[in-house]
Amino acid sequence: MRAFKSLTGIAAPLFRANINTDIIIPMQHLVGTDRVTMGFNVFAPWRYENVDGSRCENPNFILNQRPFRQSSILIAGPNFACGSSREGAVWALHSFGFRVVIAPSFGGIFANNCYQSGVLPIVLKEELVAALARQAEAAPHTATFTVDLKSCLIEPPQGEAIKFEVEAFRRIALLKGLDDLGMIKSRLLEIEKYRNLDCEVRPWIYL
Amino acid sequence: MGRSLFDKIWDQHVIADLGSGMTLLHMDRVLLHDLSGFRALKMLEERGEAVVNPSSTLACPDHTAGSQPGAETAGSAYLRGGPEFRQLCERYGIPYYHIGDDNFGILHIIGPELGITLPGVTLVCGDSHTCTHGGLGALAWGIGSTELVHVLATQTLMQRKPKVKRIRFEGQPGPGVTSKDMILHAIGREGTRAGDGFAIEYAGSAIESMDIEGRMTICNLSIEMGSKIGMTAPDEKTFNYLRGRKHAPKDGVWDQAVKHWRALVSDEDAVFDDDTIFYMNDIRPQITWGTSPEHVISIDQSIPDPDKALSRERCDSERAALEYIGLRPGMPIEGVSIDWVFIGSCTNSRITDLRAAAEIIKGRKVADNVTAWAVPGSAAVRLEAEAEGLDKIFVEAGFEWRAPSCSMCVGANGDIISPGQRSVSTSNRNFVGRQGPGARTHLASPAMAAAAAVTGKITDVRKLMR
Ligand code: SF4
Repeated sequence: MRAFKSLTGIAAPLFRANINTDIIIPMQHLVGTDRVTMGFNVFAPWRYENVDGSRCENPNFILNQRPFRQSSILIAGPNFACGSSREGAVWALHSFGFRVVIAPSFGGIFANNCYQSGVLPIVLKEELVAALARQAEAAPHTATFTVDLKSCLIEPPQGEAIKFEVEAFRRIALLKGLDDLGMIKSRLLEIEKYRNLDCEVRPWIYL
Repeated sequence: MGRSLFDKIWDQHVIADLGSGMTLLHMDRVLLHDLSGFRALKMLEERGEAVVNPSSTLACPDHTAGSQPGAETAGSAYLRGGPEFRQLCERYGIPYYHIGDDNFGILHIIGPELGITLPGVTLVCGDSHTCTHGGLGALAWGIGSTELVHVLATQTLMQRKPKVKRIRFEGQPGPGVTSKDMILHAIGREGTRAGDGFAIEYAGSAIESMDIEGRMTICNLSIEMGSKIGMTAPDEKTFNYLRGRKHAPKDGVWDQAVKHWRALVSDEDAVFDDDTIFYMNDIRPQITWGTSPEHVISIDQSIPDPDKALSRERCDSERAALEYIGLRPGMPIEGVSIDWVFIGSCTNSRITDLRAAAEIIKGRKVADNVTAWAVPGSAAVRLEAEAEGLDKIFVEAGFEWRAPSCSMCVGANGDIISPGQRSVSTSNRNFVGRQGPGARTHLASPAMAAAAAVTGKITDVRKLMR
């Protein structure tokens, strides 16, 4: 997993409530597909339409428009990624190129899953998210945002920087590029020490 | 300040405080089944990780094994992934019991049977009914496949500490009232989300005088109240149950362990985040009428009117449930005709469950309109039952005496009920389609299920008690 420190990029506004994981990555595009190519089908139900039996891009959908094809930040509505808690939702977003998702709230264990793939989920007040979405929409070509995890600040194209909060251990893990397993493994010495002591107290545990 | 049973076990397992409310905990035991356990082993393989302590694990293909009587063969569902699961277990050195082995069975039945489950251990499995093991005083809960990978690779898990809720049952059970009725009654009163974010400790005089198997049934249904963890304090009965089991501590270590286990009770002054009490006088034999375990009433009651539900949400869900289950508000639940009876699952397939059912069935016949199955939870339970002659009682009454498996609890192994057919089942979930597409499930105790089998309809077991 790659470390996340700071990122400057295009932000795609998709400010609708309750976008579920079936929209983000439909089940049929989940089985038998490689994680790294899943981005091709992210938001498939909205991104593609059926024209005379063949699958075509829907030109009205924002991710099919320039410059949003290159976006690395997603600005979403409340309860983003609700529904089934499939980890594939994060894989698909990551594979498309998203490294940051900003929303008023997330569904299920989506935020937790983000940290497993080096994606930064940011929760902000709904008004703030809505304002960011408007900025992203208004001037797409110049609308680059900077998200800095060291200072925990979002710098929008206009106006003041916005402070965001991340749990301390999540922040450290992302800065170091560690997923949960990586985090745990960075503590192998402590685990060893626990087991050595516990072995004396509860020998029957160690079969 | 005093500590609860939960606090004591939790504290014992803390390796590090990770900040932001997260703790790194040691995991003592891991159980792997053929669906989520299989997935976890594949993920582990993909990441190139090793299983650090295979001897703390136990694997069994309980979910996809069929229950065809006598055949002990692997069903077609098993063949889809089972053989590969078995190979992975062998490669990683994970103790594995195959279909037909003496130790084969539902993991939540064989863990305690083998003495893998012990008081005060942390035990996880990729299965929401892992809370069953709390009946021995273990801290046990279900986790996802990714978390399973963490446990296999490091013997630890990152967790947020839940709050603690105590539920006390005071008094002694009336006629026909079993552990299953007690917990269904509690779920009916509390709802399926009351336990969200809590670990539950069951206590009170009715729990103290209950046998270990009954405690496991109570803990098993914790998840149906929204709680991942349910537990009861270990006591002399627990120690007697465990003494001499295959993996239980032996000799001097046994004495050391018992001394340690005796301290695993909530202190007098322990503080609980939530405390509820139920009186046994209020509890009669229970039966579900809908598609959620909270859709439950006493056998002598009538189906409730959704319009009188407490909330709009509950009204809608009750209406949909009645539609699916094919019953009307206001009608008595007793007397509803049925097609199937299933006695089995990790909730109620232990020897005491089979004895309770046999007691009702003895000398009676399964009604003509009913197909009835008894599926012991493990090979050991089956053997014990056969040694007592219970199999004969079931077979003479017209039951099918089948091989151990999750069987008709889950519909993942080919054991299913046809659309529209109605069953009384001793399992734990009456969800839409759980026992097969369109199947209608009524949850009840083994004795109540036995009563329904011989009368062909939902029946108050108290009328058949001798
Ligand atoms: S018996 Fe049912 S609830 Fe229990 S482990 Fe098997 S499938 Fe799950």
